[in-house]
Amino acid sequence: MRIPLSWLREFAQVPADATAEDVMADLVKVGFEEEEVHRPTDELTGPVVVGQVLSLVKEPQTNGKTINWCQVRVVPEGQEQTLTGEGIDPSGVQGIICGAHNFVEGDKVVVTLPGAVLPGNFQISARKTYGHLSAGMIASVRELGIGDDHDGILVLSRIGLDPEIGTDAMELLGLYDQAAEINVTPDRGYAFSIRGVAREYAHATGTTFVDPASKVNAPATLQGGYGVKLNDDAPIYGKPGCDRFVARTVRGVDASRPTPPWMSSRLRLAGVRSISLPVDISNYVMLELGQPNHCYDLDKLAGDIVVRRAVAGEKITTLDDKERKLDVEDLLITDDSGAIGIAGVMGGAHTEVSDSTTNILVEAAHFDEVSIARSRRRHKLPSEASKRFERGVDWHVANIAAQRVVDLLVELAGGTADEAGTDVGTAPDAVTIDLPAEFASARIGIDFTDEQITTSLVDLGATVEKTSSGYVVTAPSWRNDLETKEDLSEEIARLVGYDNIPSTLPVAPPGRGLSRSQQQKRRVVQALADAGLTEVLSYPFVSKAANDTFGVAAEGEARPALKLANPISEENGFLRTSILPGLIEVARRNHSRGFRDLAVYEAGLVFLPGETLGTDSIPPLGVKPSDEILDALYDGVPHQPLYIAAVLTGHDSPAAATHTPRAWDWADAVDVARLIADVLGVELVVTQGSHQAFHPGRAAQLALRSGDVVGYAGELHPKLLAAHDMPARSVALEVNVEALFEAAADVIVAKHISGFPVATQDVALVVPQDVPADQVLAALREGAGELLEDVALFDVYAGPGIDEGKKSLAFGLRFRADDRTLTADEASEARAAAVAVTAERFGAVQR
Amino acid sequence: MTDTLPGAAIPNPLDEAAITAAVEDAIAAIEAASSLDELKAVRLAHTGEKSPLSLANREIGGLAKEHKAAAGKLMGSSRGRVNQALAARTLVLEAENDARILIEETVDVTAGPRRRRAGARHPLSTLQDRVSDIFVGMGWEIAEGPEVESEWFNFDALNFKPDHPAREMQDTFFVEPPEAHLLMRTHTSPVQVRSMLEREVPIYVLCPGKVFRTDELDATHTPVFHQFEGLAIDKNLSMADLRGTLEHFARQMFGDEASIRLRPNYFPFTEPSAELDIWHPGAKGGPRWIEWGGCGMVNPNVLRAAGIDPDIYSGFAFGMGIERTLMFRNEVGDMRDMIEGDVRFSEHFGMEI
Repeated sequence: MRIPLSWLREFAQVPADATAEDVMADLVKVGFEEEEVHRPTDELTGPVVVGQVLSLVKEPQTNGKTINWCQVRVVPEGQEQTLTGEGIDPSGVQGIICGAHNFVEGDKVVVTLPGAVLPGNFQISARKTYGHLSAGMIASVRELGIGDDHDGILVLSRIGLDPEIGTDAMELLGLYDQAAEINVTPDRGYAFSIRGVAREYAHATGTTFVDPASKVNAPATLQGGYGVKLNDDAPIYGKPGCDRFVARTVRGVDASRPTPPWMSSRLRLAGVRSISLPVDISNYVMLELGQPNHCYDLDKLAGDIVVRRAVAGEKITTLDDKERKLDVEDLLITDDSGAIGIAGVMGGAHTEVSDSTTNILVEAAHFDEVSIARSRRRHKLPSEASKRFERGVDWHVANIAAQRVVDLLVELAGGTADEAGTDVGTAPDAVTIDLPAEFASARIGIDFTDEQITTSLVDLGATVEKTSSGYVVTAPSWRNDLETKEDLSEEIARLVGYDNIPSTLPVAPPGRGLSRSQQQKRRVVQALADAGLTEVLSYPFVSKAANDTFGVAAEGEARPALKLANPISEENGFLRTSILPGLIEVARRNHSRGFRDLAVYEAGLVFLPGETLGTDSIPPLGVKPSDEILDALYDGVPHQPLYIAAVLTGHDSPAAATHTPRAWDWADAVDVARLIADVLGVELVVTQGSHQAFHPGRAAQLALRSGDVVGYAGELHPKLLAAHDMPARSVALEVNVEALFEAAADVIVAKHISGFPVATQDVALVVPQDVPADQVLAALREGAGELLEDVALFDVYAGPGIDEGKKSLAFGLRFRADDRTLTADEASEARAAAVAVTAERFGAVQR
Repeated sequence: MTDTLPGAAIPNPLDEAAITAAVEDAIAAIEAASSLDELKAVRLAHTGEKSPLSLANREIGGLAKEHKAAAGKLMGSSRGRVNQALAARTLVLEAENDARILIEETVDVTAGPRRRRAGARHPLSTLQDRVSDIFVGMGWEIAEGPEVESEWFNFDALNFKPDHPAREMQDTFFVEPPEAHLLMRTHTSPVQVRSMLEREVPIYVLCPGKVFRTDELDATHTPVFHQFEGLAIDKNLSMADLRGTLEHFARQMFGDEASIRLRPNYFPFTEPSAELDIWHPGAKGGPRWIEWGGCGMVNPNVLRAAGIDPDIYSGFAFGMGIERTLMFRNEVGDMRDMIEGDVRFSEHFGMEI
């Protein structure tokens, strides 16, 4: 909301030297955020004066144009030019070249004299042009920054002005005024008006406020006016769509008259474009009193006005000349011809006032917030009117606003008001709130005095009645946001000042620290960084193709994914079922920025919808739902486990004089996955895997001991890397760490540490090429029995000396007993037992 | 190398002067040895089998019985002096040698390679941990929840009326189909609701996490960002408790000079509501007030939705943006730096913020 200071001053005591910044600083205290300052003089400086064209000589030019060589008087005849400066003629008459032709000798115009600066840093000076010294400019509204019309220069008589020559035109056109723009929170509909803001300004500064509504002399009752019926047969939530409709008529209006500059300049500063006198008056009153209203061309109305819901298939052409299909929930203003307006949102084109309109019907009505909000949303028609109705308009100001519009039409457009008028509807009950004496003090933490409480509430416009236990407060009619004792507490605190709230630190009961899974997550995320990986973030929005590739192991298999109804881009309209697509994009971006050696990881949620998706309905607010309903709400929320993914490309370290870096390979991906499991103390079962995003021969499937697959690691598929502009041999992994968290042991039981010496034995086994080393190792472990302390693979060999299709695996075994020194025979026996299992299982032969 | 002094006569073991001269010769040679190798030659020459002193010593056997003791004593002390000198010189030369080897092994430590990658945390996640730790230190607990939520948890339970403009101002991502009433949470407040439903009062929880709004990415907006929200429900909590908590937190984050300011504002889920500004003494361009977040006393309708009696309990809540905090705390100028995943951004911070 923009507040022209001149307007605010009519109703509040704003110091004469206060700037828009000062006003905003005061309004911040009562809860309006500062937005912007609008000040024409930031862009336009004088001298800019009223001049009269004394003579105008048309001089045709060789380029086909005709220019006017004008003599313009800028100082009243007989007076001296008091301005001095280069190009200012002491005679008071300036010679000016002008290319526009919409004025004649004798016209009074706006002259920007040498030394003036116009919007766009356009400096005015005396300059030679077309064979004359042109000392100044005759200005158009566009050049002055006060309108879009650049067809010609501004002739003052045409906006109803006949000022004295030499008058400061900036003063005349309201250009010294300025506006403070503030942000109004959605609960405070009343503050979308000068009336509301002036009251708040008075609260903020402790000065007096004059209610603009009190300056309007509206009759207490209206009778015999235009026929209006309120026929809402489908109220929303039981509230009638329209509970008041005031209609007034003014006849003999000259709608073509110009809007006076004082009004157009305020409208302009308030951000509203000047359209025509009746429309400007309507807007002016809306801004001043907060009551949206509408002017109809009375002669185009057919029969009584009926406010009703739309019927199926009904249409309307709105003021913006668009035909709109109406919904049966839309509240309409209609006459015998059909819809003439979507109530509170936009009027119809057919009954719009035009320059030729002579008789006007003024509507000032009160509509239901929800009904207006829905129509506005349905038709995507955010208007100044709907903005106010949605947030709530003072029911009691409708007749006053209508009267104000009538008064201005009479005063400025030369109309005559009909004495008869219409005012139908029922006033809502005033809201009364019980405020226990100590409640506000307890809630705010300030010991409010009785006087502070009473004065604050009365200043708001409430009436306060003291009772034995506290106060009964009747909220002012324009404050539909005041419903509870908490609302009143805020108002009291706001008016007393939030700065007066003291500071106390409440002590929480003994806490339990981070939960187990929170600690687990932290350890893993930190361990990866410690291991040299870089944590990054990516967006969870992905394409269907990305989910189909990364989210499922087997090609063509479908896993359901969530689709956004209103994504930022249609292409990435799905929520990720894997972190990898986003992470690969991050890696690609880094790579394209010249970073060849990368190891990036991300920990984040993925979205894995199951059978149930959401709930058909949602319970109302302010009530705890039943357990069944709550369970349904919980169950309807899709599964969203925490995953960690990493992408490695390039080398493991920077190259240096004495150091040859190693290229990342598939084993690094598996290793990072193992690191994650190690940090959590979970055993990861790594087997040869198959996943469409990975190299078919270089992918590891990661599983828990239970068999549950928790992820994949390995080299990314070459085709996929090429498609993503990623270097060949880039590797990646993704792990469902939430599954690992759950698999982690609660308590780890200590193992006895034997002090007896170790016996080591090596064994080389020849097995078929396709037998995974891991399984041979597991078989050795199984066969070796309790004496085996550790076994590790230390060599893999295939080639001369080994049959085609076979490979040799060399293992080192460490044996140790808890209670004695092992003999060589005992160790050899255990080794033989281990080898026997591999022979049985894989046909392994000792080399 | 010869183990005898050429032309040297065998001294008489009873000739004290000659023996002393031989000892002096030996000691002089020992002192003159400048390396362990030289010293070895000197040792052989002066104490070896054919050295004058050894030869003289051997003569003792041929002496008359009555001279043997005197000669033995003289030779013993003389050879002792030489051996002492040798041992002393050996120590000196060994030390010199050791030192020289170390000097010779000198490398240019500035030319050493970095063999290990320096990893990095994302500063948003580091900051989130730091904020959490401050509250955990105050006895609060950390609560988390899903990012795709039921509309009820995100709006209705938080007292957003179905058709109120406040609901639309949240610029919500909705999940298809609309009949399922699922959306991407627009704030971490649904976690507050879940906390109230799942925990026993008194409740003191901090809810950090990712949130979503339909903003296009630019220097100051991103559709995905992070918040932390606090919620305290207890008997007799007031706005003074809210202020005290925020002040304590602000000082942990920005130093003892930091303070906060509350300005009236509106949120459906709190009443009274306030905008929270922080006095940032270290702000770029000088100390100033910076908008930090929103806060207020929990609206009784929110308590009711969670089955908590607003006549017995009251509570306060607050919420701040982690990106915003990082932006003014660490002078991050462009939102895009935080979310594009450029490794330079994370790596600049390393493990710290």
